Amino acid sequence: MRLAGSVLPRDLHPVGWWAWAIGMAVAASRTTNPLLLLLTVSVTGMVVVAKRGSSPWARAFRLYLALGSAVVLMRVVLHVLVGQKAGTIRLLALPGVHLPGITLLGPLYLEGLLAAAAEGLRLATLIVCIGAANALANPKRLLRTLPSALHEIGTAVVISVSVAPQLAESVLRVRRARALRGEQGGGLRTVGRIALPVLQDTLDRSLLLASAMDSRGYGRRAAQRPATRRLTAFLTLTGLLGAALGLYAVLDQTSTGIAGWPLLAAGLVLCALGLHVGGRGVHRTVYRPDAWAGPEWAVAGSGVAAGTLMVVLAAHQPTSISLPLEPLGWPALPWPGVLALAVGAAPALLAPPPPVARRGAAA
Amino acid sequence: MTSPHEPCLALENVTVRYAGQSRPALRAASLVVEEGELVLVAGPTGAGKSTLLGTVNGTVPHFTGGHLSGRVTVCGLDTRTHKPRDLAALVGVVGQDPAAGFVTDTVEEELAYTLEQLALPAPVMRRRVEEVLDLLGIADLRRAPLADLSGGQQQRVAIGSVLTAGPRLVVLDEPTSALDPVGAEEVLATVSRLVHDLGLTVVLSEHRLERVIGMADRLVSVDGEGTVSWGRPGDVLATLPLAPPLVELGRWAGWSPLPLTIRDGRRAGVTLREALDDVAPGRNPVVGPTGSATTRSILLRGTGVQVRHGALTAVAGVDLALASGEVVALMGRNGSGKSSLLWALQGSGPRSGGAVEVTAGLTRATDPATLPPSSRRGVVGLVPQSAADLLYRESVGAECRQADRESGAPDGTCRGYLDRLAPGLPDDRHPRDLSEGQRLALVLSVQLTPAPAVLLLDEPTRGLDYAAKRALRVLLAALADDRRTVLVATHDVEFAAVAADRVVVLAEGRVVADGATAEVLCDSPAFAPQVAKVVAPHRLLTVEQVRRAMQAAVGRRP
Repeated sequence: MRLAGSVLPRDLHPVGWWAWAIGMAVAASRTTNPLLLLLTVSVTGMVVVAKRGSSPWARAFRLYLALGSAVVLMRVVLHVLVGQKAGTIRLLALPGVHLPGITLLGPLYLEGLLAAAAEGLRLATLIVCIGAANALANPKRLLRTLPSALHEIGTAVVISVSVAPQLAESVLRVRRARALRGEQGGGLRTVGRIALPVLQDTLDRSLLLASAMDSRGYGRRAAQRPATRRLTAFLTLTGLLGAALGLYAVLDQTSTGIAGWPLLAAGLVLCALGLHVGGRGVHRTVYRPDAWAGPEWAVAGSGVAAGTLMVVLAAHQPTSISLPLEPLGWPALPWPGVLALAVGAAPALLAPPPPVARRGAAA
Repeated sequence: MTSPHEPCLALENVTVRYAGQSRPALRAASLVVEEGELVLVAGPTGAGKSTLLGTVNGTVPHFTGGHLSGRVTVCGLDTRTHKPRDLAALVGVVGQDPAAGFVTDTVEEELAYTLEQLALPAPVMRRRVEEVLDLLGIADLRRAPLADLSGGQQQRVAIGSVLTAGPRLVVLDEPTSALDPVGAEEVLATVSRLVHDLGLTVVLSEHRLERVIGMADRLVSVDGEGTVSWGRPGDVLATLPLAPPLVELGRWAGWSPLPLTIRDGRRAGVTLREALDDVAPGRNPVVGPTGSATTRSILLRGTGVQVRHGALTAVAGVDLALASGEVVALMGRNGSGKSSLLWALQGSGPRSGGAVEVTAGLTRATDPATLPPSSRRGVVGLVPQSAADLLYRESVGAECRQADRESGAPDGTCRGYLDRLAPGLPDDRHPRDLSEGQRLALVLSVQLTPAPAVLLLDEPTRGLDYAAKRALRVLLAALADDRRTVLVATHDVEFAAVAADRVVVLAEGRVVADGATAEVLCDSPAFAPQVAKVVAPHRLLTVEQVRRAMQAAVGRRP
């Protein structure tokens, strides 16, 4: 691994960040130990703070943290309302409302409450991991790594994503304009009056953008023979069918004997072939493609290692990484778990620093 | 492929007809553009300028639909068989609103986008992007997010993003209509550089001819019927009914050839200046409507008005009084706080400090922000920058009736205003199908229906041709005569020169100049109108003022 060159500021390959984040999420999904979960959140937070760029995506990380807190709160509230109450240490003797199949409220036990909070925390940690990937790797750059056969679909996705903030801005503008015509308050009638100009505005903008892209060469492709097109369709469809059947066989635990894994693999290979054949008609290149070098291996590897360590730990010492409930006790802090998360923190040191955006300084 | 003998662009007998429209948008247009020319396309709004530009790379009819007869060839390639995307390497197209055409997030990626589509190898892309960054002087913006750039910078990036592909022909559709005078200068300087240093062929449309006419080799005029005539700028201008002020001055003074640049005008105007010296030895006769605000009643007064958007201060303590019977122009570069100030004065927008009082038609001075929106608009009317946001009915007639109803005005009030501004607009026309000028006229009529004593206009001249601007000016003057007051935010110095009694200049949310139009405009190199530049040191802003000054002289010494 050539880490010497990693000091220059550059964007890490987005796939590297996603591999790391998924590894961390796998690690978090194996445990209900609040100490390990909080450690995971701290580690991902630290890496984000150390390595995020200046894009609007990067600034959205705090939203994921807020969403995580909301999830924990929601899980606890749901437990109080409709959860299965069990335990020995009674906190509150709420009256229960017995409905067929479900009990509303009812006595509240410490064990149940803590278990619900730990469950919520696990979900929140998964959300924070995905948020970290979004903050560190610009989703638009991730789409650039798509195979060229999917390039046009990818561009369409990117544009439809960027329509949302524009739509919000249009709504705001039209609402302000409405006030100038003396309208106040909401009501269903105003919805139509706002929706019409906003939709027209959005349509106009989309047409302008489409026209601009057309005149800048978007959608150029070499003429393909009908035979090639039919081959592409055949390969992709058969591949997808095979992959779907294979996946079903792998996940369905009751079925035995069917060669699930080989079917899945064959399907995926056929899909890849189809994309390759279809992509030959698309001639385009990528300006400054993201490099996959030493730092990418290190970042992706640290996430995968963290996930693998935690999975192994869960298989061998399932008690040490869950919250002890019967009897209730203080959670342990198993050293292999801490080691796994410490490995997951490595990108804070190994990833190259993000490039600094120089904003419109010149007038 | 491309043969050297082919003209860069040739239109042969091109007629364009859109579905559902009775008359063709373009009628039997023939045009030849040779290599290295700068061609200016002029004409009233809705005349088919954009259609003409769209035919160049085949956007019309491949993208817009419609039927095109005749033949368009670009460097020998027929647009009948070549789609816009196939011509991307030959023709670069830049639209009116650069931000609407951006595909990526940052300057550098935007510059590379066309190259990626053309599948150029990475080393070539890097070299071309660097060259264009340097050529346009935007190298230090390379990583900047496109959304953070100023209007002039965005337009230059948009030009750069088509230049990287190395086109033979660049098409610009009103590249400066949204820009302040300084931003427009930046962009036009860039265009001039492309023509003179790189030998690129440029086809450009523009409403404010005065800005570009001096650079143009050919002038193409598209009239309201879609008929195209073209030739040397001086020859074509002589036939146009409405022209830039400099040309009007030349026509009035009988100069031949007509001056197209300020330099030409000054050289031709030696005798005119001498004659003016005799008329007014004091050298600054401030001619024109410049009433003093003190003798009139103040209709609206803002004191220490502040507007903050988050961390950004848009308006930082502005004192402004509008007296009855005056038209005030509000000028300043993009982002200087003009729009925020107008919204705060009207009361519908946010105001974070200071006070606004209106006295017009009320028993006592009131802050318009405390009034309910429906009675607020009866006191202070505002026409926002994107005027079309106010319209939501399906026809002009329904829109007018709605305006009468919501203002409690007698039936036909709104229609009456509309007939004065844009006569003969059919009742059943959909507001989206109106031209820019007609739509502004409709919105203006809607906002005038409750008869507000104070009228605020945000960039009404954007996209208006000379005739529409003249109609707007006449209406504003009539409102002022009616003892109302008008505040117009505008970038158009020529419009301010003829329409305003007083000019207020904002910078960084503060008032930097406030005074009679002649005083403020003549002192500034960026804001001085063409006539003022020609007759300086005389402080005359318009052809009308020059004419009156000379008539007064004739009256005194027969």
